Amino acid sequence: MVPAAIGLAFLVLPLAGLLIRAPWTTLPHRLTEPGVLAALRLSLLTATLATAVCLLAGVPLAWILARTTFPGRRLVRALVTVPLVLPPVVGGVALLLVFGRRGLLGGWLDSTFGVTLPFTTTGVVLAEAFVAMPFLVISVEGALRAADARYEEAAATLGASRWTAFRRVTLPLIAPGVAAGAVLCWARALGEFGATITFAGNFPGRTQTMPLAVYLALEQDLDAAIVLSLVLLAVSVLILAGLRDRWLGAT
Amino acid sequence: MSLDARLVVRRPGFTLDAPLRAEPGEVVALLGPNGAGKTTALRALAGLIALDEGHIRLHDEALDEPAARRFTAPEQRRIGVVFQDYLLFPHLSALDNVAFGPRCRGLSRAEARARAGELLGRVGLAEHARKKPRQLSGGQAQRVALARALATEPRLLLLDEPLAALDARTRLDTRAHLRAHLGGHDGPTVLVTHDPLDAMMLADRLVILEEGRVVQTGDAAAVTSRPRTDYVARLVGLNLYRGHAEGAHVRIGPEFTLTTASPQSGDVFVAFPPAAVALYAVRPEGSPRNTWPATVTAVARHGDALRIELSGPLAVAADVTPAAAVSLGLEPGRAVWASLKATEATAYPA
Repeated sequence: MVPAAIGLAFLVLPLAGLLIRAPWTTLPHRLTEPGVLAALRLSLLTATLATAVCLLAGVPLAWILARTTFPGRRLVRALVTVPLVLPPVVGGVALLLVFGRRGLLGGWLDSTFGVTLPFTTTGVVLAEAFVAMPFLVISVEGALRAADARYEEAAATLGASRWTAFRRVTLPLIAPGVAAGAVLCWARALGEFGATITFAGNFPGRTQTMPLAVYLALEQDLDAAIVLSLVLLAVSVLILAGLRDRWLGAT
Repeated sequence: MSLDARLVVRRPGFTLDAPLRAEPGEVVALLGPNGAGKTTALRALAGLIALDEGHIRLHDEALDEPAARRFTAPEQRRIGVVFQDYLLFPHLSALDNVAFGPRCRGLSRAEARARAGELLGRVGLAEHARKKPRQLSGGQAQRVALARALATEPRLLLLDEPLAALDARTRLDTRAHLRAHLGGHDGPTVLVTHDPLDAMMLADRLVILEEGRVVQTGDAAAVTSRPRTDYVARLVGLNLYRGHAEGAHVRIGPEFTLTTASPQSGDVFVAFPPAAVALYAVRPEGSPRNTWPATVTAVARHGDALRIELSGPLAVAADVTPAAAVSLGLEPGRAVWASLKATEATAYPA
């Protein structure tokens, strides 16, 4: 019991501290500062886009991991989880080495399409997607493994192609798992710091997301940092609670 | 539209090698104990697993023929399957479950739903069309599964233990209902079951499968009167022996000879019902030509009678009335005399 209580206190106390130290009187004024709003908007936008990218690429990847067997599948599975344990800063450096202007693909993208990724909003999305993708893939793969694959067989005997069976049978069955994965993925993207600041830099309005703004504010104005942190906390709690009731109640 | 197949599927420790034919409109039951390979055969026919050898031809079109490197994907086969636990899509209504197949075959949503509604009406579930599978009873779910399989106008209909998931009462109704609908299907039907009653009520012909091989085929009357394996004999409740016949005498084992009313010569099976065996406390005099000493090994209820298992020169099951059992003092270990009229025992070539 005692270690459990200590554990809980360890998790809750810092959040309480944040609430106690918050400059409640000047809060409305500070919240409407243009810098705060811009960072918040950018954070929500990039986290949502990163989640969309993860859904588009991660769900098919999860399907392949859960439903097919091929040589090296375990290796692929291990590779997918690498960003989970990799320090995000290292992820940012790795992204720079590949997509940077002199990177493996970056140079080619720049000269062929005139596309530059580092230090842009797109770069932020890329960095967040890199770090958040494993959360989605693991969650969806788990849902797929738990779902009865024989429904797909039943669909096939009724004339459904693999794609139709996936779209009309499997996807609705694993919707709660996909939603849970997307929420985790979104929350991870929203809080992303290391890979973002390394790969995309810290330009207000362009690549400065909320966590970056918090870090910057901490050096100049503690109250501003607290306010920004509170906003992040509130957004996370709101989204998680809201989605939990609607999507995750059954799981 | 006839089915001609030789199904060979190899798995570690198990090989299915079963020839199977079915004519248009014919219902063939694959009957066998658990693990005999029935479901494997069904899955191979549906294209859910590939053959290792052999062929599946439907109306002269080869669907699967490993030797010719031919394999047709299940979605291209137009074979309807009713799965054992139905596998109705839980997120779709009964109507949309039935409309799923027609939709996949290119009908518009409205056309598919109209067709599904008509089929649900035919199986007597028109008023349940909007219900989700979990709101349906077992019997209703079974009918939706049948309607869903029939909605694609399959060339071959496959049913995997169609009544196994139902309770006894529902089973009776659903069996009669199913029989009526199988009659309306033009193509061949293959039914998998381990229940001899289902097989005999629903099928025109039985194919008995044991350990991956076909051990006997024929209509219900032929199979039940002349079983060829212990499994079939037990299913239909007959004593079955293998022996060597010379005229009316069949030698079973080194020291026992049974007299039958059907003279044969060579290797034969001999079958007789447990009710034909009479038991006596002392050696009977007179007419019955087969008598032998036996020892009771087990007594169990069997319908209105008691089934007595006996050891001795011939291990047999005998059915006696409870009154007879009491007066003879039948209990394990009791020594009795068993007798069998020659007219009750049938011998037929092995």
